Amino acid sequence: MLVETAFKSGVWTDTIEVKDFVAQNITPYFGTHEFLQPPTHRTIHLWNICKQALAEERQRNGLRAVDTEIVSSMTAFKAGYIDKEYEVIVGLQTDELLKRAMKPFGGFKLVQRALAEHGLKPSKTVTDYFEKYAKTHNDGVFDVYSDEIKKFRTFGFITGLPDNYARGRIIGDYRRVALYGISRLIEAKKQDLSSIVGPMTDEVIRLREEVASQIKALEEMIEMGELYGLDLSRPAENAKEAVQWTYMAYLAAVKEQDGAAMSLGSVSSFLDIYIERDLQLGIITESEAQEYIDQFVMKLRMVRHLRMESYNQIFAGDPTWVTESIGGMFIDGRTKVTKTSFRFLHTLYNLGPSPEPNITILWSKQLPQAFREYCAKVSIETSSIQYENDDVMRPSTECDDYGIACCVSLQELGKQIQFFGARTNLAKTLLLALNSGRCEYTGTQMVHEIPYIDSQYLDYDVVMKNFKTAMHEVARVYNEAMNVIHYMHDKYYYEKAQMALIDTNPKINIAYGIAGLSIVADSLSAIKYAKVKPIRNEDGLTVDFKIEGDFPKYGNDDDRVDSIACEVVRMFNDELQKLPVYKNATPTMSVLTITSNVMYGKKTGATPDGRAKGVAFAPGANPMHGRDTKGLIASLNSVAKIDYEYAKDGISNTVSMIPQSLGSTLEQRITNLVQLLDGYFSFDAQHLNVNVLDKQTLLDAMDYPELYPQLTIRVSGYAVNFVRLTREQQLEVITRSFHKHL
Amino acid sequence: METIRVHSIESFGTHDGPGIRMVVFLQGCNLQCIYCHNADTIPLQGGTDISSHEIVSQAIRLKPYFGTQGGVTFSGGEPLVQAKQLIPAIEKLHVHNIHVAIDTNGTIQNSFTKEILQHHADLVLFDIKALDAEHFKSITTHTLFEAHIESIRMREQACKPYWIRYVVVPGYTDAPHYIEALCNFVQPLKYVEKLQLLPYHSHGNHKWELMNMQYTLYDVEAPVEAYMQKVCNILSQFCRVEIG
Repeated sequence: MLVETAFKSGVWTDTIEVKDFVAQNITPYFGTHEFLQPPTHRTIHLWNICKQALAEERQRNGLRAVDTEIVSSMTAFKAGYIDKEYEVIVGLQTDELLKRAMKPFGGFKLVQRALAEHGLKPSKTVTDYFEKYAKTHNDGVFDVYSDEIKKFRTFGFITGLPDNYARGRIIGDYRRVALYGISRLIEAKKQDLSSIVGPMTDEVIRLREEVASQIKALEEMIEMGELYGLDLSRPAENAKEAVQWTYMAYLAAVKEQDGAAMSLGSVSSFLDIYIERDLQLGIITESEAQEYIDQFVMKLRMVRHLRMESYNQIFAGDPTWVTESIGGMFIDGRTKVTKTSFRFLHTLYNLGPSPEPNITILWSKQLPQAFREYCAKVSIETSSIQYENDDVMRPSTECDDYGIACCVSLQELGKQIQFFGARTNLAKTLLLALNSGRCEYTGTQMVHEIPYIDSQYLDYDVVMKNFKTAMHEVARVYNEAMNVIHYMHDKYYYEKAQMALIDTNPKINIAYGIAGLSIVADSLSAIKYAKVKPIRNEDGLTVDFKIEGDFPKYGNDDDRVDSIACEVVRMFNDELQKLPVYKNATPTMSVLTITSNVMYGKKTGATPDGRAKGVAFAPGANPMHGRDTKGLIASLNSVAKIDYEYAKDGISNTVSMIPQSLGSTLEQRITNLVQLLDGYFSFDAQHLNVNVLDKQTLLDAMDYPELYPQLTIRVSGYAVNFVRLTREQQLEVITRSFHKHL
Repeated sequence: METIRVHSIESFGTHDGPGIRMVVFLQGCNLQCIYCHNADTIPLQGGTDISSHEIVSQAIRLKPYFGTQGGVTFSGGEPLVQAKQLIPAIEKLHVHNIHVAIDTNGTIQNSFTKEILQHHADLVLFDIKALDAEHFKSITTHTLFEAHIESIRMREQACKPYWIRYVVVPGYTDAPHYIEALCNFVQPLKYVEKLQLLPYHSHGNHKWELMNMQYTLYDVEAPVEAYMQKVCNILSQFCRVEIG
């Protein structure tokens, strides 16, 4: 098949532009899910093997197997299979199912620690190499970190930074390998390289080096394909190859890198073009089409990275964030929903519920109604998907070919990357304002120029003034850390395979984040509307707060406090916008905690909202547990007020409800969930995780985890197997507000 | 401005009328049903006085969630205890094109309740307690059976839609002759859109204790799903039935 003649040509024919190929060739689908097919016997056979391997992984404390000899690369391992003759889509990260590999360039000590936790260590050769000769990202960062940065990190003001693990969040445009074949991509990169010329400034030298390594990565990708008998140098010629080639491109990335979130982008409707063509030609059946997608998704579910136990505190449940964004609209008003959008969702039935891939629906009022209803059905029955507002993101970025990196971060595919930066603890920052710039736990002076508050009751204006100073200083240190991290990551652990599938000079976001928004909003509300008396220890540090009177709480659609939450987001974002950034990236900010809200809570003393020392924060932009007393919609309306323009890296909200709360029958529940999403997103909200579960099921799963291997629950921006959370995290999930009005 | 005595407002109601609804629970009830799960709404005193203007502005905030089906439901307590104050609220909601349902026991009859039942309410949810005077008294501790039934007749004659709700309490409301009476009652009705069978549940028990009131149904267990389905099947021969 000559790709150019098989499909409608366009800009994509002459330049690397997958978006145009999709726009020209897509077949939008408006029908129902009734065409979907069950898994084939091959798929069932393979999935049974996977389920067995997953059970072994759980039994072996989360590590089924690991290679301690080989440093992972695209070609380091020989071909691996689940059961070769049953596989229509092939490729594993290593030579064996669920066997993890060492990727030490993020930090060798971390690999050592991760192995030591299982009584293992890297081979002598590997150890010698990384201890004597090689330098890693982690080494580089800590060579450069200032004492001040280390202090802010140690005391928990800025935490979870990718300084001791790989940053991830970059989405390669994996579709390019299928559409163009790698030879063509190499040619284009070589052309780019030859056009990057002197004078040889820092930037020019760096970019030439980057492109050169991308070219090498593409060459290695071809070799990787050869290990599986695939010729990736040429374009995919049919649906099966399109799926296979796309997966190989993604596989190259996860063999080479172990970034926190390694998302897939938006491949389903791209693949649909090939599937639709083969179906039209009568080359394949619907059952085969579903088989390709089932087996592709099965492989994505088996992606693993070697992690330390402590990593679990910030990213619980061993997530990989293979986020696949489905749906959305073109700017020209057509829908991007295709039959393969349905096929992807259908894997949650054919293979059962699962946290990965992290299926993300780009929701729009204009999406075909049958698709909207199918999504709601899948949510109600699996709790495995999340929703993001295409009607807000598309116009705001003027882009209709984007994927979500990780949980809530928009990235234009092939044109834009992101520098991930975890988050700062804003609740702890507020406590600096009340403690003359000292850490409330240790008394360490963190920020100067904040006067001591000696009044009996806290005064709102005084607190706000101090809080601004604290935010200014925390933002400054945070920015310094981020610049160091991304400089070093580029230098020592550059994502050459992913970057090879992205335009040579992409747009870059630097993604800052905040945690503890609801606590800060409620604390400031208490200070403003009630009387708050700080209780201090002998060192003058706040240890508790006495609140006299009531105050409005975030989560009840009450403007008095919701406006404070919005203002705090705007203020901190403004601080971040002022600072100089590595590679001139554009600062953005998220309100997202992932699962670190438990850990942040531990590291934060009592707060003026009445929260006791050590108590977990609410996740993301959620209201604090139990304080949203007016029901789910009032809670949603509060979160919807946070302006996306000031938090363009995303605003995460997670809701949990019992099935009955959505209505009595499945039909009513579907209608009501669609309406709930429409209502929430009509207020320009950005993100919603939806869990439809009984609390009792979760309690039961805590006691009998072996009975619930696939029980999936959405946390902040992703999903996890509930049974893989720590007990503490499980309890935190259970204490969250379950909306259950009957 | 006249105010309405409100117990609480739930922004996400999906059981008291069609679609997603803002449910305004009014304070105060003229009956005291033995299985009441909102015992804290029974006393006529208490609650918060809220203006109809405030109720309407809260409803407007929720309007994008209502879609084509949802709206506002006044429940309680017994909302028609405050029928006079409700009329301007309903009128204001209608100005904003918001669907209004009234969840009532139908036992209060005066010119205001008549106006609401015949004219203002877009939908009425009648909680049928019993179909004979003696049974009615044993469930509600009151003797308002005639009015109870008359309200439904009134709605029927106004040719306006309504639902009937019946709580299935094992040993109290599910005897075969009670179910048969219910069948006979609903059979000739033309404007009843559906009959909702509500399985008794004990989630509201603690509220009785909090109110220092004597709860008598401690030994009653919630009916199992299969049993509810059985009752549902019997009634389905006469009317559209849903287990709610």
